[in-house]
Amino acid sequence: MSVSASWYLTLAALLFTIGAVGLLIRRNVLVMFMCVELMLNAANLTFVTFARKLNDVAGQTAVFFVLVVAAAEVVVGLGIIVSIYRRRPGATADDVHGLKG
Amino acid sequence: MLVAATIPDAITFAVAAVICLVGAIGVVVARNPVHSALMLVMTLFGVAVLFVEEDAQFLAAVQVIVYAGAIVVLFLFVIMLLGVDRSEVIAREPLPGQRPVAICLGILGLAEVLLLARDKWPTGASSVSNALGSPAGNVQLVGQSIFTTYLLAFEVTAALLVVAVVGAVVLARRPRHLGDDDPSPELTAAPDSESAGPEAEGLEPDDSDGVDDSEGASWVPDEPGDGEVSESEVTAP
Repeated sequence: MSVSASWYLTLAALLFTIGAVGLLIRRNVLVMFMCVELMLNAANLTFVTFARKLNDVAGQTAVFFVLVVAAAEVVVGLGIIVSIYRRRPGATADDVHGLKG
Repeated sequence: MLVAATIPDAITFAVAAVICLVGAIGVVVARNPVHSALMLVMTLFGVAVLFVEEDAQFLAAVQVIVYAGAIVVLFLFVIMLLGVDRSEVIAREPLPGQRPVAICLGILGLAEVLLLARDKWPTGASSVSNALGSPAGNVQLVGQSIFTTYLLAFEVTAALLVVAVVGAVVLARRPRHLGDDDPSPELTAAPDSESAGPEAEGLEPDDSDGVDDSEGASWVPDEPGDGEVSESEVTAP
């Protein structure tokens, strides 16, 4: 018998919390982006856990779509980051005045 | 509970969970973005192991290939391309009191989720047509689900990927008309490095028209030499 779903959900909650806290306390845009990936992985783990618990493959299909959307998001996000860094090297998320253009 | 599981399952879960958590904490606390990316790979592998443990073999393979193989490599590529692989000064807190508040918020949310997850479960009959664990195997099950029930979503996904590719190309393209007197600064050029011409960078050979003497004039209005993380390192030559 496999480990019960509660443990997986607890682990997913921990991962999500770490990602959210990292998103809040880090200033480097790339690291913040990685924290978003952590949160997405926590959500994926939850999906798979419920797919097993409810015995339905739709949860795994949802994870597949999350993966695709995450890939697209990373592509566009890194494009934005490259274009920001190109104009302002060493920019961090706190440099809000850079938005003035 | 953990004790109700068989010993190999419990050990696998425990090891993978520890790997995941250590990697996640490493992503947050590592000073160097490269280390963060490598820690992220660790977490992703741990999650892949957990996927295998939960009978999602296809997703485990996709997790390793797409996440660890493509997304993290993309991260590392951008880190190396931008030259931001230097350590961040973590000790300095720009917003006083932000970190304790953020950590308290995180702990609060975690406690809430754990409290809810203790005894609240979704109920209902388990699926009949989409049941896991058929003799066909996981890949066939997921494939059938994607290409029958979720076919429309799959097609929309294809459109999304095309849009993402076009968007990335548009975003990463060199802006030609940023300003008449202001050709955009080179990728690694500091706003205050007049000496480093575009030929000294050698990164983008099509930047022969870049004149660096007036760069950043319209983009950095108040403090041209901000970037406290020392652009002088990147433009050392």
